[in-house]
Amino acid sequence: MLGNLKGLLVTFATMIRKPVTYQYPKEHKPIEDRYMGFPVLMWDEKVEEPYCTGCMVCVRYCPTQCMTAVMKDNPLHADGKSSRRKIVDTFEINLGRCIVCGICVDVCNFDAIEMSHEHELSKYARNDNRSDLGRLLEMGWAYQQETGWRPAKEKAAEEATAEAEN
Amino acid sequence: MVDVSVESQSEGQLDTVQMLVNMGPQHPSTHGVFRMVLMVDGERIVDVEPHIGYLHRGSEKLCEGEIYAQIVTLFDRLDYISNLNNEMAFCRAVEKLMSLEVPERAEYVRVILCELNRVASHLLFFGTFGIDAGAMTPIMYAFRDREKIQSMFEAVTGARMMHNYIRIGGVKNDVPDDFRQRMTALIGELRQGIDEADRLLSFGEIFLARSKGIGVIAPERAIAYGASGPTLRASGVPMDVRKDAPYSIYDRFDFGIPIGEKGDSWDRFYVRVEEMRQSLSIIEQALRDMPEGPTITPTRLVLRPPQGEVYVRGENPRGEIGVYLVSNGADRPYRVKVRPPSFCNLMAIRELLLNTYVADAVVILGSLDIVLGEVDR
Repeated sequence: MLGNLKGLLVTFATMIRKPVTYQYPKEHKPIEDRYMGFPVLMWDEKVEEPYCTGCMVCVRYCPTQCMTAVMKDNPLHADGKSSRRKIVDTFEINLGRCIVCGICVDVCNFDAIEMSHEHELSKYARNDNRSDLGRLLEMGWAYQQETGWRPAKEKAAEEATAEAEN
Repeated sequence: MVDVSVESQSEGQLDTVQMLVNMGPQHPSTHGVFRMVLMVDGERIVDVEPHIGYLHRGSEKLCEGEIYAQIVTLFDRLDYISNLNNEMAFCRAVEKLMSLEVPERAEYVRVILCELNRVASHLLFFGTFGIDAGAMTPIMYAFRDREKIQSMFEAVTGARMMHNYIRIGGVKNDVPDDFRQRMTALIGELRQGIDEADRLLSFGEIFLARSKGIGVIAPERAIAYGASGPTLRASGVPMDVRKDAPYSIYDRFDFGIPIGEKGDSWDRFYVRVEEMRQSLSIIEQALRDMPEGPTITPTRLVLRPPQGEVYVRGENPRGEIGVYLVSNGADRPYRVKVRPPSFCNLMAIRELLLNTYVADAVVILGSLDIVLGEVDR
């Protein structure tokens, strides 16, 4: 009897506490900086093209084969505007299949793919989780705006110059 | 089902017949897709036939077709409640095969996260075991605290469950800057939360009546079945891989191995509660001693470990995990065999259930704390 009453005391003590629940669809839990959502493609503002060259290294190392990529000759390179000789033509990620492991980000040599904070999987149409290049870039752009993302190489170079100045 | 003739009833003696009761695979208290066919005589269980394999994904075979970096994601999904412990077991196997050094700081980060994962896993057990015994409230307390751990994982690894954080040669990236501060606060909160949940459930008379003396297994029998972890320790055998064959840096910490007295369901429950406290003390010590430095030994993405085979064992929340890895020098392993703790613990289910009541079957199964992802692989 005593044990039960002691347990009941805990329950009563909890009654006056603030609830810890988040009412999910209306109220979202804050997302941590490192949170790995869906992989998205990044947009190079300087040359107005994606960072992705369609080299397919992420496609090859994806454990679930959820992506496809096609490469093409870069028209901007022919005009002399871009240093990328090849550029991505089509890119598709089936987000329903993606296991958000982050291997694609690790293997990418161009800082072109990044784990965003996007994580909502419920969609209105059956095929809406198949994201094409346009949507991936859109999501990537939102992520860039939100976090002020810059490619790792650029960041490292900036830090090096800042250190040299000091 | 039973044809009871009027004649035999009139003699004042009811003819009874044994009945086959199917429990699972879609039963909430079997903790996954586990099926038991129970032969009951009234309320008493006279025979048990467990069926496993409903969650078989062929993980071991899949490992043979993936490169080593990808296999870590498969190990995440074996015991999906203690992902980091699994990752660590596999990464240690590859590191041993390649004689790869792991940086000091990475070892500390691994130990801290693995112990934190142990607490998260035991908290989940705490809640579900309460439900199995008929107490609905404890899971609210357990999940409140587990949620904080999940948020911590999110801050460190980027994922709440399938982390892919422990890599071959270290960990993916260094911990965030405010890690120490947040962890210290978290440990305090967890201590408080565990004590509170403990007060709520562990010594209530109803709960004691449901779990004390139910499903007793003798130490010799537990050893014979190959049980390990809390299931074995509850029977009074102080076996813990962290102490018996210290791996990683576990030999540097001072912690106790809680053991039970009788080996009943309540002992299996309380050993885990005590273990959470020990884990928190390990985390505290590790946070204190954590050195600065690199967190990963850089390796190539496509590893080609030398020809050979290796077996490593580690202490998962559910018991002893073993990873047997055979390499023929290619970029994919030749064979990966996992010794999953809950599969071996589950072997004892028949002996535990015989001659108990149907209502206790749920409690006994719950006290073994099985994860079907690991049992079926």
